[in-house]
Amino acid sequence: MSSISNSTATQCYHCGELCDDAVYYFDQKDFCCHGCQLVYEVLAEKDMVGYYQLESFPGASQKSTSTFSNKFDYLDDEETEANLLDFKNESESHVTFLIPLIHCASCIWLLENLFHLNASILSSRVDFIKKKVHIRFSNSELSLKSLVTLLATIGYEPSIHLGNLDETKSRKVDRKTVKKLAVAGFCFGNMMLFSVPEYFSETALIAENFRGLFNYLNILLALPVVFYAASDYYTSAWNSLRQKRINMDVPIVLGIFALFFYSLWEVLTLGNAGYMDSLGGLLFFLLLGKVYQEKTFATLEFDRDYRSYFPIAVTRLQQSSEEVIPLRKLEIGNRILVRDEELIPADSVLLSASALIDYSFVTGEEVPVPKRKGEHIYAGGRQIGEAIELAVVKSPSQGYLTDLWNNESFEKEKTGQLVPLSNKISGIFTWTVLLVAFGSFVIWAMTDLSMGVKVFASVLIVACPCALAMSTPFTLGNTLRIFGRSKLYLKNGAVIERLAEVNTIVFDKTGTLTDPSQAKVEYHGIPLTEETLQILHAMVSRSTHPLSNRIHQWLGKRPPLVLDEAREIKGAGIRALYHGQEILLGSKDFAGSVDMPVFATGNQVYLSIGGSCVGMFHVQSGLRDQATDLITQLGDVYDLHLISGDHPHEYESLQASLGRKMKYNFLQSPKDKLAYVKQLNQEGKSTLMVGDGLNDAGALREGTVGVAVTDQVSHFSPASDAIISADSMWKMPGFLDFAKSSRKIIKASFVLSLLYNVIGLSLAIQGILSPVICAVLMPLSSISVVVFTTLATNFVAWKKGLLAPNTT
Amino acid sequence: MEVIFLLIGISLVLAVTFLWLFFKAMKDGQFDDDYTPSIRMLFDSQKKTTKDPSTKPKSHE
Repeated sequence: MSSISNSTATQCYHCGELCDDAVYYFDQKDFCCHGCQLVYEVLAEKDMVGYYQLESFPGASQKSTSTFSNKFDYLDDEETEANLLDFKNESESHVTFLIPLIHCASCIWLLENLFHLNASILSSRVDFIKKKVHIRFSNSELSLKSLVTLLATIGYEPSIHLGNLDETKSRKVDRKTVKKLAVAGFCFGNMMLFSVPEYFSETALIAENFRGLFNYLNILLALPVVFYAASDYYTSAWNSLRQKRINMDVPIVLGIFALFFYSLWEVLTLGNAGYMDSLGGLLFFLLLGKVYQEKTFATLEFDRDYRSYFPIAVTRLQQSSEEVIPLRKLEIGNRILVRDEELIPADSVLLSASALIDYSFVTGEEVPVPKRKGEHIYAGGRQIGEAIELAVVKSPSQGYLTDLWNNESFEKEKTGQLVPLSNKISGIFTWTVLLVAFGSFVIWAMTDLSMGVKVFASVLIVACPCALAMSTPFTLGNTLRIFGRSKLYLKNGAVIERLAEVNTIVFDKTGTLTDPSQAKVEYHGIPLTEETLQILHAMVSRSTHPLSNRIHQWLGKRPPLVLDEAREIKGAGIRALYHGQEILLGSKDFAGSVDMPVFATGNQVYLSIGGSCVGMFHVQSGLRDQATDLITQLGDVYDLHLISGDHPHEYESLQASLGRKMKYNFLQSPKDKLAYVKQLNQEGKSTLMVGDGLNDAGALREGTVGVAVTDQVSHFSPASDAIISADSMWKMPGFLDFAKSSRKIIKASFVLSLLYNVIGLSLAIQGILSPVICAVLMPLSSISVVVFTTLATNFVAWKKGLLAPNTT
Repeated sequence: MEVIFLLIGISLVLAVTFLWLFFKAMKDGQFDDDYTPSIRMLFDSQKKTTKDPSTKPKSHE
């Protein structure tokens, strides 16, 4: 039997993968697996092949999807269903699914044409950026379970996790600010129009009675601004006053009140114009800054905890039957079945003979660990290979890893000890303004009481820290965008201020400083001939196992060679036949090793030819490309620490490449990591924790700033303050510097806006502040501060090389 | 000059209408997803070219 060699490039019509095992032929098209063909059949039957015309190979390979029939049984559970549905009445239900696969126009087309596949689906709408689909369906004809099954059949299996069930509605808040901005903008614009005649009052363009009307209309328009648009500032100011602190919103509220009531008094008793237009402008610009700072990276999630990764349901084994139950009904002592590629939901003991567990979610190490009967398996691992039976020994929320989330540091909101820069100066600012206001009132009142009142009010009006309050959100908002362009995504602007304070950096090792694809491979044993190397190359190139990939990389480019037969045995290795000789590559038991050196570190892959073991590959994970440079650069400025869950056997080689300045800690459990960072913080340090796995989640949470490193930004990352793309890691010193520069820019813009305040105050004290001056000075100061911060941040970023053209 | 009263009234009504329309659009989620519609609008023409030829071939081209 001659198998298909690597050179025959038959591509699967559905997913575009090379069909190297066998080709499924259907309807004059080639498919790589039965799953892909099935998807095509379903679509072709309903005349939906347009899916394949929008983009070529729009689907994802169906090879590794598990297809057991009762997989979605838990969706029949009423409580689970009620949690998932957005809306339900007697006839129709609405549901929103996250479908990670959504990636192209074909996906949108197919998912929005679901009603062709099943008439019970009323409509479906895709949100491409968030990778979500909103489906309305008739619930008398279609159950949620059948809907999910249908999606899974066409290759778009929604990801349903415990996290989905208690999702918060964070979107609403965002809309509220925009709404307020719209109101403020509307009122501001109209007030400006009504105020224009006032600015030219000397020329008496219009009759006196219009002036009165315009002023009353201004009051009317100011009401929604004062009572609706500004409401956030009142609550914030009130909250900080209750804690006996003065934040930036206190002087703002003072200014708003002074503007409003003084103008009210002016219009109603004196018949003057008042400053309502300035009030509108003030709120408009302030809210604009707020919205600008609220930039979010919609596709990224920063608040995921373990429940977002854990399965929503498990298969429980009864005496003779199996049933799918929601995870929350799982109890200690239950026997569960975990299939290929499924996550282990709770700490358990293995009942099957052997298992192969991939802990890459947890530790970042992607080589699976073999386990034997009776061994303890921690939750969070992924079974690879055939289904295994487990006995649950701890409830899902109390496990070795998940217990981390019961720690107190997850309860409190991370505000840090750090007071935002703007709040620091607002106390001094407010007192100074009040002092100046009362001082000038007293001096004027000695000669003219009504003038004293006027001066008092104008000081408060002009001192309103509009520009001051805007410098922070605009600087931080712009910094956030620049970071985003360099693939460092921060949760919010406050993280920048915390980042600027950092003096200690703690790194996780596996997956953070080391990179699976930078593996070091060493061969021990009988020297290999060129032919053997070629055979090995042909063998490993057909396997997706991480160790095969590493050996494949080590072998480099070799001419293709046709094997008689090659098969990968999951959890064991690869078996191949070449010229009648059996070649085995894999685990110790599989290849049958004799007298090979044993290493405490890394992974060993054994090679046996014709029944006798000839050698062994020793595979160790290597450091990331720029790790050494990065550490040397950072080591000059920051205190560096390394915490790893591994054994200390790599200590010397790490020290050789990363230097002696780093403090090394090994054998750290997830809780130890959290405690370690906590300890540093208690010593008064500001820590930056850099990690990647779920086991770092505690430390990421505890650090002043927690940064999650990931190779693919939209994929997996534990809860953190920021997500950094692994290939931007080397820019870290630049990022930290830039955060510090941002702080300096904020300070500089404070000086600038204070300058405006001094000018305004000097006019106000003399009693010559008029609505016109006010109307010019306020927007001028705001706009110039915005322009200054934007230009300054961009300039600094450009100088630090963070503005390099990027295609994101 | 009295016409100004009327004009002010009209202009305010108009402005309030726009504000109301903006709120309505926001409530409908028009600003929530600003990417998918740009792709979705291409489908309609696509569908015509893939599906219609069988039923009514090139009637309007």
